[in-house]
Amino acid sequence: MAFGDRLEKLDRRWIFLVVALLVLIPLLWPLQLPLAVSGPAKRYYDAIEAVPEGSIVVLAGDYDPASAPELVPMTRSSVTHLFRKNVRIIALQLWEGGPPLVDAILHEVGDEMGKVYGVDYVNLGYKSGREAVMPSFGNSFSRTFPNDYGGKPVSSFPLMRQADNFGATALFVNISAGYPGTKEWVQQVQGRFQVRMVSGSTPVQAPEIYPYLQAGQVLGLLGGMAGAAEYEKSIGVPGPATKGMDAQSSAHLFVVFLILLGNAIYFSRRRAQQGRA
Amino acid sequence: MSISTDFGVWVAAALTLFIFSFLYKDNPLYKFAEHLFVGVSAGYIVVQQFWQVLWPNLLQPATTAGTPHQWKYFVGGALCVLLFTRLFPAASWLSRYTIAALIGTFAGLKVTGFAQAEVVEQVRATMVPLWINGDPVSSLNHLILVVGVITTLVFFFFSKEHKGAIGATARLGIWYLMVSFGAAYGFTVMSRISLLIGRFMFLLDDWLGIARF
Repeated sequence: MAFGDRLEKLDRRWIFLVVALLVLIPLLWPLQLPLAVSGPAKRYYDAIEAVPEGSIVVLAGDYDPASAPELVPMTRSSVTHLFRKNVRIIALQLWEGGPPLVDAILHEVGDEMGKVYGVDYVNLGYKSGREAVMPSFGNSFSRTFPNDYGGKPVSSFPLMRQADNFGATALFVNISAGYPGTKEWVQQVQGRFQVRMVSGSTPVQAPEIYPYLQAGQVLGLLGGMAGAAEYEKSIGVPGPATKGMDAQSSAHLFVVFLILLGNAIYFSRRRAQQGRA
Repeated sequence: MSISTDFGVWVAAALTLFIFSFLYKDNPLYKFAEHLFVGVSAGYIVVQQFWQVLWPNLLQPATTAGTPHQWKYFVGGALCVLLFTRLFPAASWLSRYTIAALIGTFAGLKVTGFAQAEVVEQVRATMVPLWINGDPVSSLNHLILVVGVITTLVFFFFSKEHKGAIGATARLGIWYLMVSFGAAYGFTVMSRISLLIGRFMFLLDDWLGIARF
């Protein structure tokens, strides 16, 4: 049997096993591969860096546990960067699974940096309605979210008394896994309320965000774990995304190898068929 | 090495391994984890919707004395109730009023948002100078962008047969589309591998404690 035929009949579980090993080994024994910060990630960092100290930023964490490995590191780094600049955060989520993840990050980082809930940050929690929530939120934070994630009236928090719409904020950070997410926030809020906006997104969604980046509707973009790692490097706080990049790179090399191998077999067979004809 | 003593972590680790077992072949442990996930998700969503949405945005203002424009909440509540008439065939037509309101609202929102963000802004961003003195890299980028937009639009123009100049332009448009599909595939691979990395990190760190991330 020819090599190509044998590969065609290969049990795909061997490929799963190789991918698993290629991910597992670099996690246990890091390769320390170099990591360069790309333009979109640098622009994300610059946009947050440009936020004046003491101002207020809205952070929408539109994701659930399925995207946690990529988006939790991004959220954690963004919150760390913002708190380091003494920027106050109003957080919200439009995915049901998001509130516990974002709430845990806000409290963990907030406690580490001595921030006070209600004064330095508030988590408004979840609201259903997808893009219908967005313009409503843009018009009035408190009318759309009368209570915070814990069920307390938002009027009881000093931070929420200082900002009730995007006019009182310096930046909008959206970290999203899909629908509703960055695309919808750009459509419903960015242009309508003239909001300065940055986006962290899953890689699946990232190609759809690039046109907004090119048009200036989104000022910076983090795409997946690579974007999260680049941002961790920018703020000087290496985290799980940085530690996962060796595994990511080795698995990618294997996928590239498989694509090249598949193409080589395809073209060699085609040439053989043409030779027979 | 410090293996976790947290019962919740053990449950999560076991469910992760149950799901991974599908890669070998379908089995009852995988089915159990899958069904558990569906059930728990449904329960979680009901609780979230009640306490995060229904209570603060409808029930609380509708039942609190002095709420401004309180009648609006009763209209919203009535529309919610009408949706449940779908359970009774004789009265199910009443639910169409709520569905009509939902469709009308979303259509209006989508049209206005899309027109501004996807048409006006994207057309504006494509109107770029093709030559910038002293900046050949930006000039080349702009040229690639404009050629890409035009050739891809020509590819999707089906009112004339793709032959001659139109055919050649459309073929170039296909190349642009192929590059974008390749980029999308690459990003998808990255996303799926990231999920695997996330689970391995959980197993190695939170559960087994043999590595710290």
